[in-house]
Amino acid sequence: MSEIIKVKDLCLWYGSSQALKNISMDIPERSITAFIGPSGCGKSTFLKTLNRMNDLIPDVKITGEVKYDGRNIYGPGVDVNDLRREIGMVFQKPNPFPMSVYDNVAYGPRTHGIRSKAKLDEIVEKSLKNAAIWDELKDRLKKSALGLSGGQQQRLCIARSIAVKPEVVLLDEPTSALDPISTAKIEELIDELKREFTIVIVTHNMQQAARCADVTAFFYLGNLIEVGQTMQMFSTPNDRRTQDYITGRFG
Amino acid sequence: MAEHIVKSFDQELLELRNMIAEMGGYAEKSVLDSINALMRRDMEQAERVIALDGTIDALQRAAEERAILVIAKRQPLAQDLREIVAALRVAGDLERIGDLGKNIAKRVVAINGQMQGNKIFGGFNHMAELVLEQLKQVLDAFAQRNVEEALAVWRSDGAVDAMYTSLFRELLTYMMEDPRNIGFCTHLLFCAKNIERIGDHATNIAETVHYLVTGQSPSGERPKNDTTSTMPVEFPAVAN
Repeated sequence: MSEIIKVKDLCLWYGSSQALKNISMDIPERSITAFIGPSGCGKSTFLKTLNRMNDLIPDVKITGEVKYDGRNIYGPGVDVNDLRREIGMVFQKPNPFPMSVYDNVAYGPRTHGIRSKAKLDEIVEKSLKNAAIWDELKDRLKKSALGLSGGQQQRLCIARSIAVKPEVVLLDEPTSALDPISTAKIEELIDELKREFTIVIVTHNMQQAARCADVTAFFYLGNLIEVGQTMQMFSTPNDRRTQDYITGRFG
Repeated sequence: MAEHIVKSFDQELLELRNMIAEMGGYAEKSVLDSINALMRRDMEQAERVIALDGTIDALQRAAEERAILVIAKRQPLAQDLREIVAALRVAGDLERIGDLGKNIAKRVVAINGQMQGNKIFGGFNHMAELVLEQLKQVLDAFAQRNVEEALAVWRSDGAVDAMYTSLFRELLTYMMEDPRNIGFCTHLLFCAKNIERIGDHATNIAETVHYLVTGQSPSGERPKNDTTSTMPVEFPAVAN
């Protein structure tokens, strides 16, 4: 399996406090990579460095490199908007725009210049189908997205993020605000999505990482402690700290 | 090993370990007493061994239920998961050992009065001692998570197999000598096989200890010296 993202010696500071310390790892293409670790370990910060979401935070300093498709995304001449079209993101809390279901999904394609109604219809339908929510919403496309349940909103957000045909989808604790059934639907969806996309997911739910991910990385105090095949990470981790964390001995 | 943040999880694992330890004690007793009953033709002791099997079976069911409950409640991972899987496996082996002890005891009752003062019992005693030592050692290894000790048991199983093979040959000669020996010699042959199988279960437990500690089964071929299943038996030509 080839690597779509290669991270080398990445450090990140919020002001004077260092949140990421010399992270080096590769993200394999068309697979699911999970980041786990206790709160404040840097996993979400690291996820956000992959599509430069941290640029928005004042006083952030980043060194090292993140190579996407062979190019350092922190290098000169990188268009952040193009980057985020290639590397999309879904957040912990569903954040649909206050507009119709249809317009939520069509928003990205429209900003990228697609105007044709037929083309947009096609994208909306395909994205909603990919996000496994088409059947539930096909008769409510003109209704406000804010009237949907939390689980539906989150799948709509996933549909919105894949509507612009990204290569990579970053998911920051996508199910932490959802009930078990909605969570199961999202997990099922993620499993489907990896055929077309590379998925990177931050999760606090160890079982979720164990169930979904092909590769799991464990972060602690800003360090990448261990990364490996999920099976191995959850059955015979090499590092004592990984073992203690996944078995609930600290955190 | 550091404690879990959730203390009741530690408590549940400890209780499971204690149940296995208790089962192990009963299984050892079943083997020891059944052999003693055989050596001394002690019918009462044989009856007690038969009764003991119910206790071991009940403990196994209880340990299994406990293990399943812990899996359902805690979704254990890594060594916690191996701990529970190991407990389930060892409980299964110990339950089988109890059955084999009981089977020996039943045969003691069956051959009551038929046994002659045979020197063959010396061989039994020797083999049983070795198996009991293996069982004790492997249960200690399990309690202490000691891979080296478990591997020592694993490697020593070949010796038990070799003894069984020699007992097998010896019993055959008695049967050939006098057909009236066939009845009780067959029972004794099964007793010997039972003891050999108890050794196999001790070897299983040794493998489980290795898995529990390292996450892997021991590498390499399991030592085997039991050749009786491929041994031809020729009856000496009858003199006319």
